[in-house]
Amino acid sequence: MQHHIPLEVRDREVTRLDLFMGFAKIGLLGFGGVAPWARYVIVEERQWLTEREFAEVLGVGQVLPGPNTMNAAVMIGDRFHGIPGVLLCVLGQMLMPLVIVVTLAMIYAEFASIPQVNAALIGAAAGAAGLVLGTGIKMVQKLKPTGMALVFGGLAFVASGILELPIVWVVGVLAPLSIAAAAFERRHR
Amino acid sequence: MNWQLLLDIVTVFISLSVVSIGGANAVLPDIRRQVVDVHGWMNEATFADLFAISHAAPGPNVIMVSLIGWHMAGFFGLVAATLAILVPSSLIAFAVGRVVNRWSDKRWIAVAKQGLVPIAVGLILASGISMIKAADHNLLLFLISLGTAAFMAFAGRNPLWALAGGTLLNILALQLGWPG
Repeated sequence: MQHHIPLEVRDREVTRLDLFMGFAKIGLLGFGGVAPWARYVIVEERQWLTEREFAEVLGVGQVLPGPNTMNAAVMIGDRFHGIPGVLLCVLGQMLMPLVIVVTLAMIYAEFASIPQVNAALIGAAAGAAGLVLGTGIKMVQKLKPTGMALVFGGLAFVASGILELPIVWVVGVLAPLSIAAAAFERRHR
Repeated sequence: MNWQLLLDIVTVFISLSVVSIGGANAVLPDIRRQVVDVHGWMNEATFADLFAISHAAPGPNVIMVSLIGWHMAGFFGLVAATLAILVPSSLIAFAVGRVVNRWSDKRWIAVAKQGLVPIAVGLILASGISMIKAADHNLLLFLISLGTAAFMAFAGRNPLWALAGGTLLNILALQLGWPG
């Protein structure tokens, strides 16, 4: 059973400023990957989308070219505020990181040789890796996958995470099969 | 301003944008090949530096491309590279998003979305494992990753606490001289 809050209702709740600020937060906190922060801000903190809606947007964003979270930002922005929403979400997510990365590039030579800074970066990278893994675990808990979903989620995980096959092949082979399995499961329920 | 260089940057990243399924990390080897081998815009060491800097900054991994643009042609290079890598893929996402929304009551859209969810979740878990393999060079770092993973999955609080805790723990470990 899926619950869909009508989008028109939420249109009134999420202002353009909300969208921009939310995605600015996602970009600003997204060390080592923005997916954990996108999910946290959009699903848990601001409740713009349900767990399933977010996973669906991310799923569609995953099979298209481009960063999945950027594709998700485009689709979420468009849903709430059309083209201005798209621009606000993408700009919000990119603006501060761009300023920061250019600043870092200018001081890189000095800061990279400080051991504490180095230790901080390594610690943050380890922490960020855990956040990504934890986000996946939380989504599995919340989404309560069917048998077929477990099979294809598991295959995607093993193919990409353990066997380290190129994502384009993993997606190209598994996405059509997973969709076919979903169709089969709906018919035989 | 070197228009030819800007044009080359735009051409390279537009062609990478439309094939970049899996995002910037998935096409990283292609980016390296284009900017180091094919065009000779920088050497291997500079590319590695730019990669490290872009990973020290927050934000989508695609800012690596922006930084390459900045390195080569300053502000306009940054703008050109960023737009070139983002606009084509975003236009596709925009069009597909419209189609999905327009026919959201159709069964085949619901089925497609349902089928894509496990792929997205499986790939997030995979990306977590890949990042752990790349980042965790010792037991402490591995424990930090496990800690933030558990916090994210079970605590239901702002994950910034976990991230800050892990970072501070590793600085502390350096100061105390372990695990060495």
